[in-house]
Amino acid sequence: MPQLETFYEVMRRQGITRRSFLKYCSLTAAALGLGPTYAPQIAHAMETKQRTPVLWLHGLECTCCSESFIRSAHPLVKDVVLSMISLDYDDTLMASAGHQAEAILEETIQKYKGEYILAVEGNPPLNEDGMFCIVGGKPFLDQLKHAAKDAKAVIAWGSCASWGCVQAARPNPTQAVPIHKVITDKPIIKVPGCPPIAEVMTGVITYMLTFGKLPELDRQGRPKMFYGQRIHDKCYRRPHFDAGQFVEEWDDEGARKGYCLYKVGCKGPTTYNACSTVRWNEGVSFPIQAGHGCIGCSEDGFWDKGSFYERLSNIPQFGIEKNADEIGTAVAGAVGTAIAAHAAVSAVKRATAKGDQE
Amino acid sequence: MNDFNASNLDNSGRRIVVDPVTRIEGHMRCEVNVDENNIIRNAVSTGTMWRGLEVILKGRDPRDAWAFVERICGVCTGTHALTSVRAVEDALDIQIPLNAHIIRHMMDKTLQVHDHIVHFYHLHALDWVNPVNALKADPKATSELQKMVSPSHPKSSPGYFKDIQTRLKKFVETGQLGLFANGYWDNPAYKLPPEADLMAVAHYLEALDLQKEIVKIHAIFGGKNPHPNYMVGGVACAINLDDVGASGAPVNMTSLNFVLERINEARAFTKNVYLPDVMAVASIYKNWLYGGGLASENLLSYGTYTQVPYDKSTDLLPAGAIVNGNWDEVLPVDVRDPNEIQEFVSHSWYSYGDDTKGLHPWDGVTEPKFELGPETKGTKTNIKELDESAKYSWIKAPRWKGHAMEVGPLARYIIAYASGKEYIQEQVDRSLSAFNQATGHDLGLKQFLPSTLGRTLARALECELCADSMLDDWHQLINNIKNGDSSTANTEKWDPSSWPKEAKGVGINEAPRGALGHWIKIKDGKIENYQAIVPTTWNGTPRDHNGNIGAFEAALLNTPMERPDEPVEILRTLHSFDPCLACSTHVMSPDGQELTKVKIR
Repeated sequence: MPQLETFYEVMRRQGITRRSFLKYCSLTAAALGLGPTYAPQIAHAMETKQRTPVLWLHGLECTCCSESFIRSAHPLVKDVVLSMISLDYDDTLMASAGHQAEAILEETIQKYKGEYILAVEGNPPLNEDGMFCIVGGKPFLDQLKHAAKDAKAVIAWGSCASWGCVQAARPNPTQAVPIHKVITDKPIIKVPGCPPIAEVMTGVITYMLTFGKLPELDRQGRPKMFYGQRIHDKCYRRPHFDAGQFVEEWDDEGARKGYCLYKVGCKGPTTYNACSTVRWNEGVSFPIQAGHGCIGCSEDGFWDKGSFYERLSNIPQFGIEKNADEIGTAVAGAVGTAIAAHAAVSAVKRATAKGDQE
Repeated sequence: MNDFNASNLDNSGRRIVVDPVTRIEGHMRCEVNVDENNIIRNAVSTGTMWRGLEVILKGRDPRDAWAFVERICGVCTGTHALTSVRAVEDALDIQIPLNAHIIRHMMDKTLQVHDHIVHFYHLHALDWVNPVNALKADPKATSELQKMVSPSHPKSSPGYFKDIQTRLKKFVETGQLGLFANGYWDNPAYKLPPEADLMAVAHYLEALDLQKEIVKIHAIFGGKNPHPNYMVGGVACAINLDDVGASGAPVNMTSLNFVLERINEARAFTKNVYLPDVMAVASIYKNWLYGGGLASENLLSYGTYTQVPYDKSTDLLPAGAIVNGNWDEVLPVDVRDPNEIQEFVSHSWYSYGDDTKGLHPWDGVTEPKFELGPETKGTKTNIKELDESAKYSWIKAPRWKGHAMEVGPLARYIIAYASGKEYIQEQVDRSLSAFNQATGHDLGLKQFLPSTLGRTLARALECELCADSMLDDWHQLINNIKNGDSSTANTEKWDPSSWPKEAKGVGINEAPRGALGHWIKIKDGKIENYQAIVPTTWNGTPRDHNGNIGAFEAALLNTPMERPDEPVEILRTLHSFDPCLACSTHVMSPDGQELTKVKIR
């Protein structure tokens, strides 16, 4: 086998100077929220590591995760695919099909036992012996288990793989299940969202490649760096919430002034994601900025929590500044409080905040 | 009259199985039989996934439906959401403001442009382009080729192509070929000269960069892409150009300027890169005019881009049906008529009890029934070869007045051409004449358009139409705001208490892949029944009880394969439809109960 290039070599060869390379490393460190001291560590990793093979499987899904992934601006997805990872199997993008495609999957599993990353988009249905999703004449479930067996780590892309998402919404006719129900012996990094933000996806991969370890995960298996806070916590419309200025009806005065969307159903207060900070599509906007409430698409079971336009009646009373682990799964069934109380508490909290949101 | 009937197919020759079919959305299988000359004589297309989304919609708030059905597909993201809000608005008799109408059009065209570009470069190109062959190219000659096919494209220097070639070379030398591994790179089906291959590889990468820009229009109006937000009654992105709070409003002067920039970028790329590339590919594959299939017979479009809201006669791409190849007569289509559009299941993994009957979507019934025919090779969970005389797909079989129909950009273009739409006629005539001039052929429209190449060309022309007309939309929006109208939502019937006890509606659209319809029944403020018939259900349909075969299967017939073990030609023709399998496999049961059995292995 020809010698494998390191990431650094690939970049150098593309005419990128060492200076630019180091700059890239500090930018990457910054993008990951790690601070400048981590830059040399990133540089070292990139100078010495080969491209990690990635197998990207698709179960029951809609391909929005793949579509989101290719939107990544930093790093550009062409650089991810050509220089950072070796995307050996991805039925949405790969050149070969049928037997030749299946052969590649097998080859990578054999050749890189314990070394490859398994990325899963979608989930397996269990009903009908798994035949609601067929790959190569067999249940997708078989392919998933087979590929997971020798993987170094498993990434669950999006809400399908992480929680089940739309096909698992009531009454879940195919009995679609999140992948952790069928892969029980491997670390799984959940990157939920429908889809996840592009730069969150490439950020997770970049982190793993550069540091050679999994990102720190919260109790539910999500990277803390992107899912540690609620959208509400850093929403640019938050001051209007605190001031009691709300959109009461679509296209009203408040809607035109960018007031808080809480009363028209925004799920920002209970949704852990980076939408209000990283934002979408290279930071252009995010749902609330475009005038529609958050529908909570990165939360477990968000399809079955009532209408997207129904006002939340149980946002947590205290601890709006607490992180996902402290609030954790309690959000779903939390002892709630009404908006007035929260807004009041929020105002008090604001006055006493110690800046622990950073 | 119709050649496209199962009774005319010969499945005695060697069977070739392709599963998974890659570079598509979702899961699909294809089996063909080739004769002793390696010519395809029988084709079997199978949708291999089922999610049951409409079962899940039952009993929910109709205003939420768009978000659920948007997740039918993340590639044609937004088109189902748009069609869904239209269905609900139709049922409840809600008319949306003009600004909302224009903004929805811009979002829909954004999708169209994005989808078509990604389809051509990232899903379809590798059926024509051989990246390994690009290593042999002379960068200087590539630069000359680029300047010749597209004088306006700035990325054309020899150094630029040299850099790309070097990157590609080193990539190949690592031995980690990634997405390009196990491709069919020494197959004689690939015919481009190395310089054209190198140019195409450069554009594959340029298109990857460009596609993330155009969708930013979705981020402005819908908050994100994929899966931008839609809303019943209009759009949620309120307009505020000059009042307090404008800078924090969704639509303000800066966001409108931003949208204009993205439109101009997309127009430039389409005209300078995408269209010239398709024409270059066509001129070299000039003798590969296979893959027409049903396109030469039956075509269907619901029409789209209505210029005057609610007046379908003003559609830029008109509605209509053509049957039996008679381009002189475009027939009217009524999506509400229970006798026009019907779905059959005799070869689908569903049961109606009586499988010879067809059901209009408002009365749709679906009970999954996964069973394999007696001639199947393999087992239930390890299928080697399917038996197409029995049930063989998770896709139902929709028919228009009993006919299997092809839908998609090519159908839209032939129907628009036959309907006398001048912009479309100019585009098509210009392209055919350029093709004939470049190749020395003297083909007529009916010889050229119904083909794999014609399908691919129609998609590129439609991308140009969308990018051009999006610019008109932008100016229309500005003009309407200038005239004092900044309204974006009609909230009169937002509250379910204002709704009738029972209502039914239909939403239609032309999605990137073709005719899309959503049929909804609402009762007591909740969804009682929801059905979607999506483009790939039409194109990827299995056979019906009369033996009529669908567009995928018909298009593969009579195509010679260079090497039957390497499915280049099969992929090429299937990809020309841009299959979307998550879309095509859907279901609604009136009671939904029997679908929820759980069998955990």
